Amino acid sequence: MKRLNFTFLVLMACVLGYIGTQVTNEYYIGVATLLLIHAVNATALNILLGYTGIISIGQAAFFGLGAYVAAVLSTNYGINPLLTMPIAAAAAFVLAYMVGSPILKLHGNYLAMATLGMGMILYIFMNEMDFITGGPSGFVGIGDIIIGKFDLADEKSFFVFMSIIFMVFLLVCELFDKSFLHNKLKFIKNSESACRSYGITPARTKVMVFASMAALTAFNGAIFTFYTHFISPVSFSFKYSVELLAMATVGGLGYITGGVIGAVLLGLVPEIFSAFEEYEMIIYGGLLAVVIMFLPGGIAGTLKRLVKRNA
Amino acid sequence: MQFLYSGLTSGSIYGLVALGFNIIYNTTGLINFAQGEFVMLGGMLIYSLFCVFEVPFYTALPLTLLGCFIIGVLYERVFINLARYKTEINLVTLTIAASIIMRDVAMHIWGRDSLRVDDYIPVVNVQMPGGVISSQSILIIAVSMLVAWGLNMFLKKSKYGKAMRACFDDQTAAETCGINVRSVRIMSFAVSSAMAGIAGVIISPITFVTYDDGIMIGLKGFAAAILGGLGNFWAAVAGGLLLGIFESFSASVIPSGYKDAMAFFVILLILFLKPDGLFGRKKATRV
Repeated sequence: MKRLNFTFLVLMACVLGYIGTQVTNEYYIGVATLLLIHAVNATALNILLGYTGIISIGQAAFFGLGAYVAAVLSTNYGINPLLTMPIAAAAAFVLAYMVGSPILKLHGNYLAMATLGMGMILYIFMNEMDFITGGPSGFVGIGDIIIGKFDLADEKSFFVFMSIIFMVFLLVCELFDKSFLHNKLKFIKNSESACRSYGITPARTKVMVFASMAALTAFNGAIFTFYTHFISPVSFSFKYSVELLAMATVGGLGYITGGVIGAVLLGLVPEIFSAFEEYEMIIYGGLLAVVIMFLPGGIAGTLKRLVKRNA
Repeated sequence: MQFLYSGLTSGSIYGLVALGFNIIYNTTGLINFAQGEFVMLGGMLIYSLFCVFEVPFYTALPLTLLGCFIIGVLYERVFINLARYKTEINLVTLTIAASIIMRDVAMHIWGRDSLRVDDYIPVVNVQMPGGVISSQSILIIAVSMLVAWGLNMFLKKSKYGKAMRACFDDQTAAETCGINVRSVRIMSFAVSSAMAGIAGVIISPITFVTYDDGIMIGLKGFAAAILGGLGNFWAAVAGGLLLGIFESFSASVIPSGYKDAMAFFVILLILFLKPDGLFGRKKATRV
């Protein structure tokens, strides 16, 4: 067994602790919270693409599904926000299972198209079903998460909540990265035929991974809902799926650190350069292409190689 | 009947796009995500040449196709050929990246508005049994059938076509027989993007052309290809026509906002029931 990447975990904990205790500017804390949300999504996609070799470009749709399920259930039906999160995750799990199980048995490439289609369709539904979702103008009046006597209404308390969730998530991911499960997934990525001859059913495993990651993304979407208190279909369009793809790839496919690095880097750039917005998609597409063509390990992979060479 | 006519019109476009998917899938085993973007590009180029620079149509059309052809070659050279690690998943991700880049470059060149391309032929409504069909629709159906037939002849009769078909069957064997597989790959990208260009040219007077048309049309072309079964040319055309008819009939039942969702349900349904497509044959997988 390999050892856990303690340096990374401790570093992340320190950074989060620093932001939580020292930074007082509400805006910066808000940006940090959003970055954490992006990081969770990017890592989920990284596990799909980097570990198992499943391309999904409908992650934004699962994210949006989670957000809408949580918003509708908590606002219209008065269900406790904390309870809506697992429901949202379950909904996404079922949807992903239904979409994934016929497709993943076949050619893996089909899934990219199918998830693209699913993303577009869910986006259409969010816009058209305005009697439930509020349509293009968005869904308003979403409440707060209340845990015991803490009401997570202000930026700071929500940041603390998100940091705790994020650290738990990261720890689980690190454990996964060192587990035998991760070897199984990488085995599937490298050769499905070899897997089959060792008694692994690639299709079933892939569907489970795909559905679990969809559920995770939807859970995260539910958190996002209670953070922003306002959601509209624009946040869950094809563009966000592409951003996630770029984050996971640039950060480094197949490394847990990769998703986090990519999300922080690509998430911060638009905040720093405001002129960036205009050419955003070209830059994302270009980065995606260049990293895949020349640096398949992304930033995390390159760093790791450099460290190994010098050690 | 009216639905049948409008279904055939959009269906023949889907058929052309599906043919493009087929060509690339057969030579490289890839689903080319940028297929729809080439349709958009065809429409955009003809708009610039024909409507902005007012080049005569018979000059503008070959120039547009040549443009798509060249961009197709460049696309293969830059994105597919340069990739250092040519695993399938990397290449598919690259085509996604390429489609994003193409779409956004198009947005910066041509703007976000829908562009109207002038009609190529005078618009007349022809009375047909059970409905009317416009001359434009007839043109679209005729041109796409002609292109499908031409492609078929090209593949069956010409030297390059035969080389391409050899590569579809077995790349290693084709290479042993002295066929340059590399140039066949380039050729297949170029031909399929030129075909997408034709689709873009003939459809843009009716639907107009917007920079983000490519996603939806690519998706529907893919649905048509799956419906017919990847790897079979006439099946792709038939799949396109079926999808078009299905879509226009469903538009009469469900609200039109959901019309685009039909293509996706078709994909799922077909994959559930008959994964090799309606007319597809089962292909043995090799390890």
